[in-house]
Amino acid sequence: MDDFIAARSQMALSLGFHIIFACIGMIMPFFMAISHYLYLKKKNDHYRKLTVAWSKGVAIFFVTGAVSGTMLSFELGLLWPEFMLHAGPIFGMPFSLEGTAFFLEAIAIGFFLYGWGKFHPWFHWFTGVMVGVTGLASGILVVAANGWMNAPTGFDYVDGKFLNVDPMAAMFNDAWFTQALHMTLAAFVATGFAVAGIHAILLMRGKNNPLHRSALKIALSLGAVAAILQPLSGDISAKDVAQRQPAKIAAMEAHFHTESFAPLILGGIPDEDNKIVNYAIKIPGGLSFLAHGDFNAEVIGLDRIPEDEHPPVLITHLAFQIMVACGMILMMTGILWLFGQWRKKAFVDSRWFLTLLAFLTPLGFIAVEAGWVVTEVGRQPWIIYGIMKTRDGMTPMPGIVYSFWLYTFIYLSLSGIVTLLLIRQIRDLDKKETPLPTYPR
Amino acid sequence: MLMLYVVTAFLYIALLFYLLFGGADFGAGIIELFTDDSKKERSRLLTYKAIGPIWEANHMWLIIAIVILFVGFPAIYTTLSIYLHIPLSLMLVGIIARGTAFIFRHYDPVIGNLQKVYNLIYVYSSFLTPFFLGNIAGTVISGRINPNASTFPEAYLYPWSGYFPVVVGLFTVCICGFLAAVFLIGEAEDDDDRRLFRNKAIRLNLLTVIAGGLVFLAAYVEEMALMTELLSNTVSLISLLLASISLPILWVQVKSLRYKSARALAAFQVTMILFALFYSIYPSFVIMEDSVLTLEGAAAGSSTLTALGIALLVGSAFILPALFYLIYSFQKKRFDQDTDIANMVAEEQGKIDL
Repeated sequence: MDDFIAARSQMALSLGFHIIFACIGMIMPFFMAISHYLYLKKKNDHYRKLTVAWSKGVAIFFVTGAVSGTMLSFELGLLWPEFMLHAGPIFGMPFSLEGTAFFLEAIAIGFFLYGWGKFHPWFHWFTGVMVGVTGLASGILVVAANGWMNAPTGFDYVDGKFLNVDPMAAMFNDAWFTQALHMTLAAFVATGFAVAGIHAILLMRGKNNPLHRSALKIALSLGAVAAILQPLSGDISAKDVAQRQPAKIAAMEAHFHTESFAPLILGGIPDEDNKIVNYAIKIPGGLSFLAHGDFNAEVIGLDRIPEDEHPPVLITHLAFQIMVACGMILMMTGILWLFGQWRKKAFVDSRWFLTLLAFLTPLGFIAVEAGWVVTEVGRQPWIIYGIMKTRDGMTPMPGIVYSFWLYTFIYLSLSGIVTLLLIRQIRDLDKKETPLPTYPR
Repeated sequence: MLMLYVVTAFLYIALLFYLLFGGADFGAGIIELFTDDSKKERSRLLTYKAIGPIWEANHMWLIIAIVILFVGFPAIYTTLSIYLHIPLSLMLVGIIARGTAFIFRHYDPVIGNLQKVYNLIYVYSSFLTPFFLGNIAGTVISGRINPNASTFPEAYLYPWSGYFPVVVGLFTVCICGFLAAVFLIGEAEDDDDRRLFRNKAIRLNLLTVIAGGLVFLAAYVEEMALMTELLSNTVSLISLLLASISLPILWVQVKSLRYKSARALAAFQVTMILFALFYSIYPSFVIMEDSVLTLEGAAAGSSTLTALGIALLVGSAFILPALFYLIYSFQKKRFDQDTDIANMVAEEQGKIDL
């Protein structure tokens, strides 16, 4: 492995790890706050138990997300100093605001986790909500910074120099809204289905108690609604990317040749040497419609893009297919569940439906990871789209391969421990009546 | 131009607060490393209770500092990222290991062998993280970074592996332990614990003074310009003298267990030391082999500094009241302490013994 691939792999690994914890850390507080609200309103004890159980999950995911986020703020410089030297002052605005949001989140989580019985119940509830709100704000701001790498604005690029920097314009770049919307919905879908899936497994194990029932309902309601909205957001994103980054959409769709009435390619294995896609299903005019809203529109293929500016087609295409497939399955399940709830159908409590939910547990996160690959790998070879190549942003220090292995080891062990901890927490939940924190009466 | 000063002030304050609050936090782990096994469990619970609610916030100062550096002073951020890649990575390993171990050991409902692993990771990373933090700080002012170096060892190993950077690392560890001990005197719930932390505070203070002397010695041995600059600068000299004069007062306060004034004095001393250092090299920030990086020279353009300055001012208007209320609530407002302890004990007992 050469240093460049090692640096990219380390970055991919770090972000791929962080994204899971960040998603859960910013969405679970909302589930927790809903359950907490229901407890305060209905005084049903199982809501309190659920709130406490989820808050432990939030604590574990928050800290893991926080430390991996701290690492990322250093890794940007450790791996890509040349990029940060120029990009830092331009796309730094969302990061400086994110610092505030992150700080407030850390304060709010302190209040919430340790605040049982110490504050007025509604103030305590409010701090829980703030954990979610500030977490969500952090997520949106970081995605806005990433949006700038895809749609660099807010400066003039003259003779290799970045002049007339406008940090606000850079923050509100053309990609920030579509990306932030898509990512936020994705976080709700992934976390909602994952949490619902875990509680479905527990329900199937005969733990037919109101706690898991309520948990499933809260998580899946949000997850299902987000899953239904997500294709709309995806459509906005696709049209936006088609306009700004033709190379990315061409790689996503393995669209080698520029043509009108371009077909939408489903599945298939792109053959980059012969510029064909094997084993694919083609929907005539589909890509033209997806990218430009018109079946006859011309879609730029990779043939119009210089060879040395092609993103890796195979990875981008497959990741895009995986993301869409997962998203569709989750959307249909979401529709089914909402319909079942609305019409009070018995199947929502049936074993087959719970089994389905159990199988879908990781699907949302697979989609999140795949989507992240699409947006990052699809931007290659650029680190700042059209301005700076990734290779030119890299550190001069040799031996990044060792750093890659070190980080791989850290992330693998952390994943292992977090998984183990969650399993233990979940087991603990059913094993006994844990004495719970409460409000003084 | 005004904004350059605003941003610079925030940078210094963030670094100072990280050393004070984050430092006391690391120190709690360092103290645990040097506590008898019989008292470890108690010290652990006490630490958790004392720093639990604010420990996440304590570490946010580092994030603020790093964001200010990469947005406002990109040349400093990238220079350090390149030449101090190795100690920075080691510090990061410490940060991630410590943060997760601290939370995992509390949230793992099973008391088993893994607890020992968490504790080991927690105490050793509590030691290593501030060591590398100090080591990096020492390197930054040591003049050992050489951008023209041609070999790997010269460029990436030599800068941070001299006497001076290593001794500054140890000095930082001592400061952290000392801050934690003084802080924990006030958190202790009975006289035994109070005496335990008092003794530790005095011992760690002596160690800190010795390590501080070693820093001067190392600077002298390595013939660093820092020495003359520090001693020829009146303001810096006065700050250092104030820190030294307040030492005996601190001892008296610690001995008589007046923890509030002891805390204030400890924070005062650390602030003075850091101030003396920053002031004597100002406006330089990084001193390299044959050049320096000044804050102004490394600063981003004025539009970026303005935006960053405003973001920091607005941000602190939200953060500081919230943070103050958090600390205030858990320090003074223990109106329901009994319930709290009962909950905690219940939670501890609720764990399953394997």
